[in-house]
Amino acid sequence: MLKVLQQPWPWYVAGVLIGLIVPALLLLGNKHFGISANLRHACAACFPAGIRFFRYDWKKETWNFFFVGGILLGALLTNLWIPNTDPVQIHPALANELAGYGITDHSSLVPQELFSWHSLFTLRGFIMLIGGGFLVGFGTRYAGGCTSGHSIMGLSDLQWPSLVATVMFMVGGFIMANLILPVILHL
Amino acid sequence: METTTQQSTTQTVNTDFEVRSLDTICINESQRQHPWWYNFKYLAVGLLFGIVFVKAEIISWFRIQEMFRLQSFHMYGVIGTAVVVGMISVWLIKKFNIKTIHGEPIVFHPKQFNKGQIYGGLLFGLGWALTGACPGPLFAQIGTGAGVVLVVLLSAIAGTWTYGYFRERLPH
Repeated sequence: MLKVLQQPWPWYVAGVLIGLIVPALLLLGNKHFGISANLRHACAACFPAGIRFFRYDWKKETWNFFFVGGILLGALLTNLWIPNTDPVQIHPALANELAGYGITDHSSLVPQELFSWHSLFTLRGFIMLIGGGFLVGFGTRYAGGCTSGHSIMGLSDLQWPSLVATVMFMVGGFIMANLILPVILHL
Repeated sequence: METTTQQSTTQTVNTDFEVRSLDTICINESQRQHPWWYNFKYLAVGLLFGIVFVKAEIISWFRIQEMFRLQSFHMYGVIGTAVVVGMISVWLIKKFNIKTIHGEPIVFHPKQFNKGQIYGGLLFGLGWALTGACPGPLFAQIGTGAGVVLVVLLSAIAGTWTYGYFRERLPH
């Protein structure tokens, strides 16, 4: 059993479990699956600065902080008790491409060459971590949701605006990964 | 000048509800007052989610790169299956009028289309491929010990704040 748990889980197991979060949250308390709203609640709670967009009763959204707290804790416990022991198996073409940028460490889920404090103070790392994070926060709120709120919850409820958003997420990702990221990784 | 002010006021009144519903904010306000520790049930769901995130390598930067280069089916399989399971669940809840465990009716809110879904979606997509993470995985990456992702998260909060600041001047 432990052996099975330790191996990376196949997509159909993960997909079913993630899909079940939608009814779980609805049944437990009428909550709509969505994570990026937490970033807004954090703004509303810590630095609303009189901005109308952040003036609402964020305390009613406390459940969402608990939800993401659970995500963090779940990841932490997994790493402690049933860690992924093998390096991430990646497509040879990708491995080749990344090696060209000096990224060869596949031992953890994020490449050490990019996701480290040292990297943060290089131009490449700064663009990817600070710039990337900023785009995630700005873009999700502008779009009104992220992969969970739009792509999973929105599509589950057959909302066509969510389909528009999902298509645009993918378009943005394809442009970045194939056209812009190679330039950034060369820095 | 006066018309502009009036216009923006009306718009704000309109979009506020819209934004609340769009933003996956809980507009289904519970009539029941639960003690705060009832929120631990959401922590439990999050906990399971966090485990799946790590075990299925969904929070891996490499997996996201593969997805956007069409080199792997993994992420498409995960998201596709999740959507199908979610759709069936929502359909069942609507069909049988299933209530919450506290006996309250479950309410759905249609999302309104606005141009933000196009522009914002595109910007988020760019950020997704850079960081290899959407907002959920950011928390999970921190949990696995990638401490520097805390900076990414703070930057994301700054991004959301900046959006809130410029919101009324952006096309929607």
